[in-house]
Parts: sequence; structure tokens; C-alpha cells
Amino acid sequence: MAAVAQIGVRSETFSRARLLGAFYTVVGLAILFFFSRNTHVGELATLGLNTVQSVKAIQLPDIIVPVLPVTAILGALVTLLGVWQMVRGFRTTGWLLGVASSAFLVSFLVWAARGTSFSLIGILSASLQLATPILLGALSGVLCERSAVINIAIEGMMLGAAMTSVLVANLTGSLWLGFFAALAVGALLAAWHAVMSIQFKMDQIVSGTVINIFATGLTSFLNQRVMQVYQNLNNQVTFPLLSQVSPELGRIPILGPLFFDQSPIVWMALILLVVIQVALFNTRWGLRTRAVGEHPRAADTLGINVIRTRYINVILGGMVAGLGGAYFTLGSVGRFDKLMTNGRGFIALAAMIFGNWTPVGSFASSLIFGFADALQVKLQILSGQVNIPSDFLLMLPYIVTMIALAGVVGRVVPPAADGQPYEKQ
Amino acid sequence: MAPLLELRGITKQFPGVLANDQIDLTLEPGEIHALLGENGAGKTTLMNILYGLYTPDAGKLLIRGKEAQMTSPDQAIHLGIGMVHQHFMLIPQFTVTENVMLGDETLQRGVFLDRATVAARISEISEQNNLQVNPDAYVKDLSVGAQQRVEILKILYRQSDILILDEPTAVLTPQEAEDLFKVIRALVARQVSVIFISHKLKEVMEIADRITVLRNGRVVGTTRPAETDMAALARMMVGREVILTVDKKPARPGAVVLELEDLMVLDDRKHLTVNGVSFQVHAGEILGVAGVQGNGQTELVEALTGLRAIAGGRTRILGHETTRATPRQILEAGVAHIPEDRQRDGLVLNYPIADNLILNTYYLPPFASGISMHENTIFATAEELVKAFDIRTPSVRTAVSSLSGGNQQKVIVARELSRHIKLLIASQPTRGLDVGSIEYIHQQLVAKRDQGAAVLLVSSELDEIMSLSDRIAVMYRGKMMDIRPSDQVTREELGLLMAGVQPT
Repeated sequence: MAAVAQIGVRSETFSRARLLGAFYTVVGLAILFFFSRNTHVGELATLGLNTVQSVKAIQLPDIIVPVLPVTAILGALVTLLGVWQMVRGFRTTGWLLGVASSAFLVSFLVWAARGTSFSLIGILSASLQLATPILLGALSGVLCERSAVINIAIEGMMLGAAMTSVLVANLTGSLWLGFFAALAVGALLAAWHAVMSIQFKMDQIVSGTVINIFATGLTSFLNQRVMQVYQNLNNQVTFPLLSQVSPELGRIPILGPLFFDQSPIVWMALILLVVIQVALFNTRWGLRTRAVGEHPRAADTLGINVIRTRYINVILGGMVAGLGGAYFTLGSVGRFDKLMTNGRGFIALAAMIFGNWTPVGSFASSLIFGFADALQVKLQILSGQVNIPSDFLLMLPYIVTMIALAGVVGRVVPPAADGQPYEKQ
Repeated sequence: MAPLLELRGITKQFPGVLANDQIDLTLEPGEIHALLGENGAGKTTLMNILYGLYTPDAGKLLIRGKEAQMTSPDQAIHLGIGMVHQHFMLIPQFTVTENVMLGDETLQRGVFLDRATVAARISEISEQNNLQVNPDAYVKDLSVGAQQRVEILKILYRQSDILILDEPTAVLTPQEAEDLFKVIRALVARQVSVIFISHKLKEVMEIADRITVLRNGRVVGTTRPAETDMAALARMMVGREVILTVDKKPARPGAVVLELEDLMVLDDRKHLTVNGVSFQVHAGEILGVAGVQGNGQTELVEALTGLRAIAGGRTRILGHETTRATPRQILEAGVAHIPEDRQRDGLVLNYPIADNLILNTYYLPPFASGISMHENTIFATAEELVKAFDIRTPSVRTAVSSLSGGNQQKVIVARELSRHIKLLIASQPTRGLDVGSIEYIHQQLVAKRDQGAAVLLVSSELDEIMSLSDRIAVMYRGKMMDIRPSDQVTREELGLLMAGVQPT
């Protein structure tokens, strides 16, 4: 009888392995099928290692590849791996996803660039830029939610900070004052969220929504009645790119355009990423924050001040969201536009969840979202080559993300006490 | 010499309850002082005051002869007080080391957690005190007994010399409890003082140097094990004579009510957990299922009540096939169920008592007709049941979550037994309850039997099985080792059967 149960268990893992194998086989066949269309033997694709902006950088020769052989080889490889997984099964399957998705992407890019050229570094650089506000929003979420306060007001905090930074920078004539004003607005809105949700134990979703509505309304109003009336309050103010400050950095091939044709805020985000990741898991503050997020009562019995910990984290989170807001203006276009954050605060929350409430995971998913965004821009340029409606192609990265999360990455686990106000006995 | 710890006239008022009323208590160095009382007597409140979680309304607290103002656990820890809470205060996602160091972290280079040093210190302490635990293990992977050792380690790591244990054996197997007692004795030998909170007479008699009995928030008296006996303690605790043995007439078994044939059930991980079980329960008898926890009893009961799919074999109730019946069909066939985990499966904690009392009949007259509910009938019935089953509550509109464990269980018993039932399936019906409630629930089970219901009692408390059952089945690794009339089996034989050994 025990044998019956055993077989039951094995057949279940079998079918999961089979399903994964079938999925990868389909991906492989899709590469073979779709990316051999509308092309002919001998057609070439040019993948650039330079960007239009980085004319001063040391130029590298472009990579020129034949389209069909590349897509055929990659498609065949993924198909074979899929069939093997279906029939025999690999011991670990995590790497398969990496191989299959990169093969798919590379084939797609090569196919999309057939008969023309396409800047590889350009799209990666754009991905990093577009990922930055999402990363900052996600880090803000990590800081708040690790101490068990849900913060859906990141969108509002970013929006408020974005507008304030431009206003203050123009009023005072100091970029840095504008920058710090953004952080201050983030902190202020976060403090408001903290008072409502920690002190008065209001529903955290409601409290966050209130802030979002408030920020949306106030910035739209001020934008219309102040910034558009007194246009000199909305003059362009941006931080210089790192390569403008120190041209030598910009001259490094590949790394120059990728990392140094960027706003300093991109670097601040990357540094924050490392700092928060290390601090969360290896410092006293991190240990206590996570304890408060998982089991506040236990933390309380050990003399940890749950309320104060949450206040500190939420306000820090607000400042990080404020930094994200400043990126939209001071780090990017330099002017404030109505509703310019455009839902990035919510995408950041998704990135945080996909990243399993860790900074590094959030970064990885931010990059996926950033890449999706960058791809959209490029596809509009390559619209002659890509005759699939770009709306469909746009969905692709999100679909891949969802499949990856559902089938491969596994379940993500939020902090156990997330969203619950702490009642002292 | 001044006592290590002295409480003078501690009073604490909660809305509607005087939880502690003028309590005096002393603790000498190297002493095990048991605090005995029923659930709701005020033991835990008193200890939370001592640990700085509550502030007393009146009274003084002296530690080593000096008055202490305790306003946070921080201060309690600083003064050498450590507490193991009834519900462990451990973070499941953390390792043992992280749990122990939390709040008292050792750092390297002033910033980073020094896990290695703390882990080494933990190993050292655990060796000295015979508290085996792997410092790198995640708490969520540890057994309950091991988690308790981590709690004690947390306190020893902080070099506390006053150890408060709140109902430490409630969650332990008898074997683990025995191990815990050894640890406590070893600690006391090293001049650690222990306050041992319990409502179990037997273990208090075994471990304590002195016993203070609380009732309704007041000290009833302080005594020593040598100067008293269990009956006297029970009287102090409950305030009246308590019958510790169950008084019951011989059973008069009738027709077969429940019939299992080669029943097979899988657990959540799809392992065969009930493996070919067959037995019958007759009207007017109590069949006790003994066994160490985790031998398939939980899954057996869930399968019988329709909460878990049956993988093989069949069940019949009063001759009707119920193998694939839904919980409601089974319930309507006249089956009552007292579930093992009353808070998870037995009650909707946020609902008022009145609503919990009709969870199985809410859709039937007189409580409902069509889509409308009859509030007045519901509340009137609830009032009656609260009186009949002696549920101690300010009102039937009180949320069940604010009742004590014993009273929560009485709500379930009232709901299940107030119907006309043919079969009662009771799983661990007295787990975690005080003497008074246990006595009451035992009487109710016997009364149902005498009214002609069949009773299937599943319990890991051997004493309970032996005193209530007419026949005893022993479950081991998903199989029934044996089923015997209770007067033809000894405690030793049952013990062997529970370990999977067939006595010859």
C-alpha cells in the first residue's frame, strides 16, 4: 500500500517536469518558427556596441551576425533542452529558464535587427535608466514592508517629490536644495502614512490610498495653477551625467555608455541597493527590522521598540521613494509634467513582490520591467522590421515574468505580520 | 536574606475583570515556585506584570530587596528576568542564533552581526545545560520541544537568574516534558530560580519546591508538595470538591453506528497516513483511540467528518454509505465533531458566541427561514446554552476570541452536544484545559454515551483514554495495533502498543 502512495508522489513531480519540458520545447519551436519569418538566407543583423550619445567614447566594432543561423541554432538548442527535460529530466531546472529566455531574447533582437542595425548597449543603458525609479520604489517598499507596514503610497510620494524638487531647485537656483527637498517631501508623506497606520492603526491600504489621491490632486492642481502660469518655476534642471563631469569615464567602451552616461541618481540607487541588502541581513537594524516584520510580539518581549522601528523604516522608505521622485525630474527630463510617474510606484510594488521582498530580487525584477520599457521604445524605431503589433510584443516580458514566477521561481513569502498594526497588550 | 523576588499587593484591573487582586508572592534563590491556577485565574497576567509587559494598577515589585519600576521587557531583562511564553516568542524564519541574539546583538567592526561568536556561545551554553540544539537551524524546522529549548537558551544567553515558564508542558509530549524537568532541575542546582506556571496538578507536585495557588485573581494559599496532595490542590484551585476520576456506569452497547472498512487516507504530503483501518463503534459506548500524536489520528478524524478525501476503503454511519459524503451530509446524519484544534477548526474566533453556537445549524429553522436569520431566536438560544453549559462570558455577543481556552471549548461542546446526535467524534477534547473544564467535558462525554450515542474519543492523553473508554484502540503508523475492552488491558500493555510492540 505504501508503494501506491509513493507512485502517486512521483507521478506528480514527473508531470511537473514534463510540463516544464513541454513549455521549453514550445519556446524553442516558437523561436524556430517566428524568427525565421520575413527573412532570407544570408541576411545580416548589426548589433551595435556604441550608442548615439556616446560619440566621444572609444568606438568598438559592431557585431554583425547572420540572422537565420543564429535563430536556428538557438531555437534548436532550446527545443533540444526542452525535449530532454521532457523525456529524461534535468536535476535542476532553474538555469533552463535563464538559457531559454536569453535565447528567446537574443533571437528576437537579431531577427528584429535584420537588414539594419540595432544598438545593444543602447537598449541595456536605457533599461538601467528605466529600471532606476522602479528599483528605488521597490527599495522603499522593502524598507516599509520588512517592518510590516504596507506602503502603496510610493506612487504619491514619488509624484510629490518630483514636483517639489523642480520647484525648489528653480526657486533657490540650487540643484542640491531641490534634491534634498525631494527627500524631505518623501519623508513627510511617509511620516503622515506612519502616523495614520502605526499610531492610529488605520488600514494601511486606505492610508496609502489617501496619500496617493492627495499627491495626485495637489500636484495636478499646482502644476496647472502655478507651474504653467509662472513658467520659470518649471525650467529644466538636471544633474549632469557622470560622463559630463568626468569625460574619461565616458570614454571606456561598453561600460562608459552603460554606466557613466547616467545620472548620479542611478548610481545612488545602485549603492542604496547594496547598502540595504547588506544592512537588512547583516546588521542589528536589519535583524530587528525583520523581527518586527515577522513577529512583532516576539520582538517586543526582547525589548525592541516595535513602534519606533516601524516609524524609522517607513520614514526611511519615504526618503528612498523621494529619491525615486527626484530621478524623474532632476535625474531625467528636468521638468515636471502632470502625473509623470505614470504608475511606476505600483510597478515598483510588483517588482518588490516578484523580488520576494529582498533588495537584490527587487533589482532583478526592476531590470526586467525596465528592459520591457526600453524594448517598447526600440520597437517603435524598428517598426519596419517587426510586423507584429508592438502592443503584443510589449506584453512579452510581462508574460515571461509571470510564467517564471508561477512555474520556476516558486512561491514568494511576504513578512508574516505585513499589514497588521501592532497592538501592545 | 531578602528573597530574590518579592511581589507585594499587585493589583491589575482589566475592563470588566479584576485579573490580579492584592497578590503577594516571593521567590527564593534556587527555588522552583509553582503558580497553580485554572485558566483565567490571573497567572499569566501576573507574570506579564513581572516581565514589564503590563503595568500594575497598584502594588510593589522588589528584586533583590530593591524596588523596581517595570515598564518594559527591556528593564526586566536587565534585572535578570527571563520568560518563556506559552506561545513561543520565536521568529520562525530566523535561525536559532538570530533568535537568541535578537535584542542583544553581538557586532563585529561595530556594524555587522557577529553570528559566529554568538553561535559558539550558544553551543557552549547548550552543552553546559544539556539543551541540544543546532545554532544554525531555522526555528521553523525545529520540533516544539527544540523550540522550547531555544527559548530557554535565549534566557540563559542573557544570564538571567529568574526564569518564568508559562505552561511549559502544554505543548510537549510526555517524553519532552520529562526532559524539560531534568533541565529545570539542573538549572536550579546552579542557583537559577524558576517560576513554573501550570494548571496540571501532577507536574506541579513533581517539580515544585513551593506551590502558590491562584483563583479568580487572588492568592488562595501557598504550600509545599510534601504538605498537600492532588485532591487538596484541586480543591484550592477550583474552589470546590473536584472528582479527579470519572464516575461511570458499565456501558450498554447497542447497534453499530459507525463502521469503517479498510479505510485509507493520505495526508497533505500525499503519504498514506491511515493504512487500512477497520473498526465499529456501537451506540452507547465510548471507543477510545490512543496513540502518540502524528500516527494518523488527525487524518482519521478528518476523513470521518468529511473534511479529508478518503483514498480507499469505506465508511458507513447507521448503515448508510458515507465514504464520499460532504461534511454537511455527515453532520445531518447526526454526527457531532469536537475538533482537535478548536481555534482553527472549531470556532470563528472573531464571531460572537451566539453565532459560533449555530455554525452547524444556522440555515435551519428556528434560526433561519429562507434567506433571513432570526436574531432573537439565535440570541435566546445562545443565552440558554451559555447557562446550560456554564460558559463564563459577559455576554453572548462577546467575540469567542476573548474567552479562555476552557470556555472556548465549552462553546464547541455546547454547539455539538445540544443537538440530537447519534455519533460524537471528539478529538483531543481537553487539550490545554484546566481541571474544572476537563471534569466538565468528561462528564458530558459520558452523559452522551448514556443517552445512547456512540462516542469515538481520540486522545494522546493515556489517562483520559483509560478513564473514559469502554473499548480502547491503539493507533500506530496508520494502523490499529489492537482493539480491546478497557478492563482487559493494562497501562503497560497500551504503552507497548503505542510504541508499535505487540505484547505477548
